[in-house]
Amino acid sequence: MNQSEGEQHDVSVVPAEVLPGGALAVQEAAPQAAGLGPRARLWPALAAVYRAQLSRARVARIPLLFVATFQSVGILIMMRGVVDGGSEAESVVAGSSVLVLAFVALNLLAQYFGQLRSSGGLDHYATLPVPPAAVVLGAAGAYASFTVPGTVVTAVFGCVLFGLPMGNLWILAAVIPLAGAALAGLGAALGLLAPRPELATVLGQLGMSAALLLGVLPPERMPEAVRFARDLLPSTYGVEACARTFSAHPDWALVLGDLAVCALVGVVSLAVATRAYRRAAVR
Amino acid sequence: MCAARGLTKSYPALRGRRGTPGTPEVRATDDVHLEVRRGEIFGLLGPNGAGKTSLVRQLTGLMRPDGGTVEILGHDIVRHPERAARLLAYLGQESTALDELTVSLAAETTGRLRGLDARRARAERDAVLDELGLAPIAGRPLKKLSGGQRRLACFATALVGERPLLVLDEPTTGMDPVARRAVWGAVDRRRAERGTTVLLVTHNVIEAETVLDRVAVLDKGRVIACDSPAGLKEQVAGEVRVELVWRERPPLEVPEVAALRDRVAESGRRWTLRLAPEEARAVVATVTGGAAFAALDDFTLATPSLEDVYLALGGAARQGLVRA
Repeated sequence: MNQSEGEQHDVSVVPAEVLPGGALAVQEAAPQAAGLGPRARLWPALAAVYRAQLSRARVARIPLLFVATFQSVGILIMMRGVVDGGSEAESVVAGSSVLVLAFVALNLLAQYFGQLRSSGGLDHYATLPVPPAAVVLGAAGAYASFTVPGTVVTAVFGCVLFGLPMGNLWILAAVIPLAGAALAGLGAALGLLAPRPELATVLGQLGMSAALLLGVLPPERMPEAVRFARDLLPSTYGVEACARTFSAHPDWALVLGDLAVCALVGVVSLAVATRAYRRAAVR
Repeated sequence: MCAARGLTKSYPALRGRRGTPGTPEVRATDDVHLEVRRGEIFGLLGPNGAGKTSLVRQLTGLMRPDGGTVEILGHDIVRHPERAARLLAYLGQESTALDELTVSLAAETTGRLRGLDARRARAERDAVLDELGLAPIAGRPLKKLSGGQRRLACFATALVGERPLLVLDEPTTGMDPVARRAVWGAVDRRRAERGTTVLLVTHNVIEAETVLDRVAVLDKGRVIACDSPAGLKEQVAGEVRVELVWRERPPLEVPEVAALRDRVAESGRRWTLRLAPEEARAVVATVTGGAAFAALDDFTLATPSLEDVYLALGGAARQGLVRA
């Protein structure tokens, strides 16, 4: 398609001011409806949003990723003094790794969508023929992928610190996208549903604090009520799936079950976020 | 091309919280009728808070009106708001969705989301960035640019992926003359080659007078006049605008000055009067000749502008329209 380049050569350079008023305006010729411009299809649009969001993250979010990683590494070091090893160490390492996900995918994404909604930034997407799912999934996917280095660094550091086997760490390749989908979906839904941006920030922070307190501490030491709250939090299932794989003979059925819960929460929360986006875009 | 009939939108009253008073119901759009013709640059002029942006958001399908119809190129936008995105390109006042992207990626992504394939989006991106003179800063994030440059970059994104209608909400805010010329040059080219129609929101009187074919003057959500700028100015053709700027305070002890007091629009030390030519001559003679001259800092005599039209039509806001 060289059409646009060809048009570059024979342009008129008459400023609009010089044209006689209304010279180009013509009366409406036919009342019949004009053809609509093309619609952006789901996958190409999703890829475009994903790419743009990833580049945004590279520009603006690198310092925050360091914060997320150092926070988790700091918690590992702190817990080293309390926990000796065994199953408690497994929970701590798995919890700290998933905490990086919660920080970026849940907390930062909730803040981003909350701010975008309140400032009118959603208008940009709402006036483009792009499927709502592409905007939500593209942003959620970009935020989730951005956590990969931090999560891996935390997991490897934790394994070294507590002397855990690293043979099954490949499970992160499943935990990051699935727990990432669940947490990013939750973050996007919170950000898009919160009536004010401060509320989105608070909800995102609370979600991350919950993931921190309920995910990192070994569940054996918790009272019954707190353990119930822990079961309600989607990040818990990512933590459990990860923690189970540290044992010599992991129960893969349970791991798969945990991952399935993450996937289910991810599908539901992303669907809710997509609906919320649709509502927020047209007020 | 684009028509609104009986468009009405109210924002509900807000109940006050502790310590803050509530706000009553606001009529943002009050029975607006508009008809934009193909190929013209149609303007919405009014001071801040006149309801320009609310009206544009309803025309672009971003906001559902309480009543009335919007039709763009034969499509009912109130019933099918999602079609608006396939008929028009919109440049809003906010750039938060693009701020952290580079100019080049912002334009390319917008093109892809407007339904272009990857090659076409890249080609149009390059063409538009060259056309607007943005190529040298294509690799810089919008956030790092000056206000005018950022605005121009956002304007570029509105041009990638051709649309028959461009809706531009104060596109030239903060721009220097070079950037403004780039904007109007690009608009003119699309108009001449493809018959593109432009709906422009502005509070800048000079811009309205120079670029618009027709203009609707908005005040408190109502269209109080709609005509070509020249046609509107004819309504106040018999008048001259006199502006007096006093050094410290108006010399009200001079009887001729005191007599003018209830006819002026006062803004700080500045008095603005709309007078018949012979009256204006008399006023200028008075203030430049007698005792009042010592108190006078500056004065101007000018032919009426769209601002005077707005005031003559009963526009309520005294400041809010700018001449720049």
